[in-house]
Amino acid sequence: MKTVLEAKNINKYFRKPVLFHVLKDISFKVSQGEFASIMGKSGCGKSTLLYILSTMDTDYEGGLYLNNELITGQEREKLSYIRNKHIGFVFQFHYLLSEFSVLENVMLPAKKLAEKSIEEIEHDAMNKLRILKIDHLAQKRASRISGGEKQRVAIARALINDPIIIMGDEPTGNLDSYNSENVFNVFKQLSDEEGLSLLVVTHDIDFANKTDRIIEMGDGRIIN
Amino acid sequence: MTNWKVILNIARTHLVTKIKQTATAALGVTFGIGAYITLVCFMTGLNKMLDDLILNQTPHIHVFNEIEPSEKQPVDLYDELRNTFNVVHSIKPKQSQKRIHNALPIIKYLNKDPKVKGAIPQIKSQIFYISGSIELGGNLTGVDIMKEVEFFNFRDYIVKGTPQALQHNDNGVLLGAGVAKKMSLEIGDRVQISTIKGDVFPLKIVGIYQSGIADIDNVQSFTTIKTVQRILGEAENYITDINVKLHHIEQAIALAEKVEQQFKLKAIDINTANAQFETGTTIRNLITYAVSITLLIVAGFGIYNILNMLIYEKMNDIAILKATGFSGKDVQLIFMSQAMIIGVVGGVLGLLIGFGLSHLIDQLPFETEALPTITTYPINHNLWFYGIGITFAMISTFLAGYLPSQKAKKIDPVRIIRGQ
Repeated sequence: MKTVLEAKNINKYFRKPVLFHVLKDISFKVSQGEFASIMGKSGCGKSTLLYILSTMDTDYEGGLYLNNELITGQEREKLSYIRNKHIGFVFQFHYLLSEFSVLENVMLPAKKLAEKSIEEIEHDAMNKLRILKIDHLAQKRASRISGGEKQRVAIARALINDPIIIMGDEPTGNLDSYNSENVFNVFKQLSDEEGLSLLVVTHDIDFANKTDRIIEMGDGRIIN
Repeated sequence: MTNWKVILNIARTHLVTKIKQTATAALGVTFGIGAYITLVCFMTGLNKMLDDLILNQTPHIHVFNEIEPSEKQPVDLYDELRNTFNVVHSIKPKQSQKRIHNALPIIKYLNKDPKVKGAIPQIKSQIFYISGSIELGGNLTGVDIMKEVEFFNFRDYIVKGTPQALQHNDNGVLLGAGVAKKMSLEIGDRVQISTIKGDVFPLKIVGIYQSGIADIDNVQSFTTIKTVQRILGEAENYITDINVKLHHIEQAIALAEKVEQQFKLKAIDINTANAQFETGTTIRNLITYAVSITLLIVAGFGIYNILNMLIYEKMNDIAILKATGFSGKDVQLIFMSQAMIIGVVGGVLGLLIGFGLSHLIDQLPFETEALPTITTYPINHNLWFYGIGITFAMISTFLAGYLPSQKAKKIDPVRIIRGQ
C-alpha cells in the first residue's frame, strides 16, 4: 500500500509556562485508504500531534512527509496551499462561516484553490452535499441549521478539493449517538469507496473500535 | 497567488452583515473629509478674497520720485574736512520735483521688458472738494482708466457708473464713496474742486468709487490724466507715479532694484509693501490643515476600533479560513480590503458632502460695506482639494486597517481551534 502520511521522530515542546516535552519521538505511517483513529487520555498530546500533522503547527522537531514529500520547514504560503489542496479538516466544533450559505461554505476552499471555474466548483459542491444527503440545505444560512447538519457540511467542505487525507479532531465529540453513527458511516464509506485516508482523534471507544487501526497514545508516546 | 474575487467576496459579506458598524466607521471618514473640503474651500476662499482686496489694486512695483534729503551733504564733498566730525543742523529735503523726469520714455522702456505685463502712469495731486463755504481735503489721481481696469481690476471698485464714461468725458470724475456721501452728491451732479494754488474747477461726476477701505474712500477720487494735467497747469509729460504689473510677482524685488539704480527713482516692490499678507495666509492655511488632519485622525481611530472588534468577533472564521488553506496574507488582505472599502465609500461620500456644503456656503448672502464686490461668502472651488481629501482618506484608512489586519494575519489557528 502506498504511504500517504508519514511522521518521523516528531518531538514537540511546550515552552510556556514551563518547558514541557509533549510529544516524544513519534513515528508512524498512514497508508492510502486507511481509516485510522488516535486514542488516548486527555493531555496525552493526541490533538497536539494532529495539528502538527495538519501543517498548522510548525513548531516541532522531526520530519513530516505527505505523499513521500518532506513538508517540514516549508514556507507558510506553501503550507497553506498544501492544506488547501491535500488535507481536509473536520473539527469537534463545526466552524462554518456563519454569515455565508451552506453552499458558499463548501465552495470556499475550492474558490481559494481556483483550479476550476465557479460553475464546476458549484457542481462539485452540490455533489458532495448530495453524497452527505444535505443537498436540500444548500441555500440556507450556515447559522440556521442543526449541529448534525453542520458537521456534515463541514465534511463536505473538507472533501471539496478531493484531498488525499482527512483529519478529524473529535468530529463526533459534540454529536448524539445517532449523528455520530451517521458521521462514522460517511467516513467509512469515503474510505472504502473512494480510497480516502482518514486520521481521526477521538475519545469515543465505540467509534475507534470500528476503524481499521487504533493508534493509542500515552504520555506523549505511541503505546500501541 | 491572491484570489481577489474570493477575498473581496468575504470582505463584502463581513461588511454587509455588520452594516451598522460599517456605516459608523464610514461616516467617521465622511465627516472628516466633508469637513476638510468645506473648511479648506472656505478658508482659501477667504484668503484669496483678503489678498485680492489689497494685492489686486496694489502695483507689483510702484515707481515715484521721493522727496528726501540728499545722502551726501555739501560738507562731505569738501576734501579738507574729510577726516573731521561734521554736524549739519536743519537739513532740508533736496530741491526736486514731484514729477518723474522723462516719465514717458521710462514707461515705454518698461513696457518693452518681457517680464512686465503693463506699466501705466498716474498723477497724484492734492485738492480740496468745495461744497459751499466748506472745503474738504482730498486726493485727485489722474489715471489711464482703461488700463487700470485691465491690469488692476479697477472695474471692481466702481460701484456706480462705468469706466468708459470717465474715458469719454473730459471733465468727468469718479468720486470717492465717502466724499459723495458727505456732500450728498450722485452721478450726474457737479462737484467743485480747488487746487492748492486756489484755482477752482467744476467736474462732472460720472461714477462712484469705493475701495472698501473707509479712509481712502473719504478722500480719494479719480479722473483722467489729461484733466489733472490741465487742472494743475502742467505739460503732457507731467507724470508723478508709474505702476508696474508683472507676469510673475516673484520678479518684483529684482526689477524694483534695477529700476531704482537705472533711473535714480524710488521703486517699491509688492513683497516689501505687503509682507504681512503672506504671513496671514500661511497661518490660516496651517490652521485649516491642522483641523482637517485632526478630524481624519479621529476617523482613523474609529476605523481602527471597529476593525479590531470585528477581528475579535471573527476569530473563529479566521481560524477556519487558515485551516482550510487561506494564508495569513489572504486573511490580512480580507481585513485590509474591508478598511479600504470603508475608506473609499466614506471618502467619496465625504467629497460629495464637502462639494454640497461648499456650494451651499457659496450661495449664502454675505454683504458688507467694506467689500463692495462681494455678495456671497467667498469659496475657492479647487479640484486639488478633492484630490488631497481622498488621498488623506485612503492613507488614514490604510494605516487604521493595517495594524488590526496585521494582527489577524498572525493569529494562530491552532490556539483558536483548541481553545474552544
